[in-house]
Amino acid sequence: MKLTLRVWRQQNADAPGTMATYPVDGISEDMSFLEMLDTLNEELTLKGEEPVAFDHDCREGICGACSLVINGDAHGPERTTTCQLHMRSFDDGDTIDVEPWRAAAFPVVKDLVVDRSAFDRIIQSGGYISAPTGAAPEAHSTPVPKPDADFAFEHAECIGCGACVAACPNGSAMLFTSAKINHLNVLPQGAPERETRVLDMVAQMDEEGFGGCTLTGECATACPKGIPLPSIAAMNKEWLRATRKVSR
Amino acid sequence: MARTLLKSTVGKKTIMAVSGLIMLMYLVVHMLGNLKIFFGAGEFNHYAHWLRTLGEPFLHYEWALWLIRVVLVAAVVAHAVSAYQLSRLDRRARPVAYAHKRRRASYATRTMRWGGIILALFIVWHLLDLTTGTVHPGGFQEGHPYQNVVDTFSTWYSGVIYIVAMLALGLHIRHGFWSAAQTLGAGNATRDRVLKATANALALVLTVGFIAVPVAVMTGVVS
Ligand code: HEM
Ligand code: FES
Repeated sequence: MKLTLRVWRQQNADAPGTMATYPVDGISEDMSFLEMLDTLNEELTLKGEEPVAFDHDCREGICGACSLVINGDAHGPERTTTCQLHMRSFDDGDTIDVEPWRAAAFPVVKDLVVDRSAFDRIIQSGGYISAPTGAAPEAHSTPVPKPDADFAFEHAECIGCGACVAACPNGSAMLFTSAKINHLNVLPQGAPERETRVLDMVAQMDEEGFGGCTLTGECATACPKGIPLPSIAAMNKEWLRATRKVSR
Repeated sequence: MARTLLKSTVGKKTIMAVSGLIMLMYLVVHMLGNLKIFFGAGEFNHYAHWLRTLGEPFLHYEWALWLIRVVLVAAVVAHAVSAYQLSRLDRRARPVAYAHKRRRASYATRTMRWGGIILALFIVWHLLDLTTGTVHPGGFQEGHPYQNVVDTFSTWYSGVIYIVAMLALGLHIRHGFWSAAQTLGAGNATRDRVLKATANALALVLTVGFIAVPVAVMTGVVS
């Protein structure tokens, strides 16, 4: 395949950026999107130009490191991570726009790499349980009803990539935050911090400068792990419950 | 609790949802009341008079009406202030736009902000037209609502203003009702279809119900 790439280039956080155009040739449709970028970077390096910086780690769709808004879609046209997106989703001769996640809370570090530590701080503010450490506890000592276990697991699938923020017209982190809260709040292990977790994590989310939710639903459409939109309603319910119970 | 509600994006959204639902309940009653115009001047004017004597002898003349007005003004102000604050936060959260543009959200979702502004302007116009009579075309008479309504819709521009505003209202409620259910935590995967259907039904019934009056006057069914 022969493609034209328009890629966001930005030297560092303070430098102005621009969309730069690069032709790439010899792309196989079995390559992943990141392998296609590797091909471009090899060519750039050989020519003595600076390669395009982008985030990646596992390249198997489980770590949440890769990002990229491809032709306006977070993680591109398929419902998967960019590392698991294949070039067969594009046609020979296509022009493809590649941009970083855009959000005030995710400043660009370089080219396509953004700083997602805002998510880490949301997790730190309440995305944990207080449990005695030591040997693994007996699995049957805390029974969990099947529907609750399923609900928790569905939300535990979030890999924290930030596609929800990138896709949301308001740069809102509600889907991410709701996944992390719902995952722990429904389980008996998460019960001791049930109220403080939701209040603190929502407060931290606001603090980071993410926008509010207008129920547009772009987040859930973009999520590579299929976290559903009603997760946000579940989080709101927890938040209202905690606000009534805890006075602060 | 009050501080958390006022400060948080989720809290502000809760204020929008509750104030929106208060206005929505009022609009359902208002729309039904308007339809009494089809039973003639006597019944319509009598109904308007009754609104003022509502609650007597426990309440004084017009007290109930003023109570409703106070609640509605509070709802409109709370709704508009939260909408403004949230919209500002939302814009600031996405300072750099994507170079590759694309549209996907539904029309009703995309037009919540402009639709809301149209509704706010309409509310002002509507009060100046049929409550105070300030912009009413032709002799406004307090206590004669039937004649006032007929006179209003004898001008083409009034008809256009009301019909456009009610179409905007339908769109606003279509996304707003479902949205409020999510905000208040009532949404889940199994209930989603029922909530969306209710939102569409409410939007349709209110829009058609309200538009029926200007259309009836303009076509001479009510005169
Ligand atoms: C003063 C005029 C109005 C303005 C400026 C306004 C503006 C807005 C805005 C910007 C939103 C938020 C959209 C979003 O975040 O998705 C909204 C939501 C809403 N509006 Fe209005 N609106 C107005 C009048 C009304 C009226 C007359 C009703 C009565 C039915 C109403 C009912 C709602 C509801 C139920 C919501 C959903 C709240 C939620 O998402 O939780 N609004 N409005
Ligand atoms: S690189 Fe790990 S999910 Fe894509």
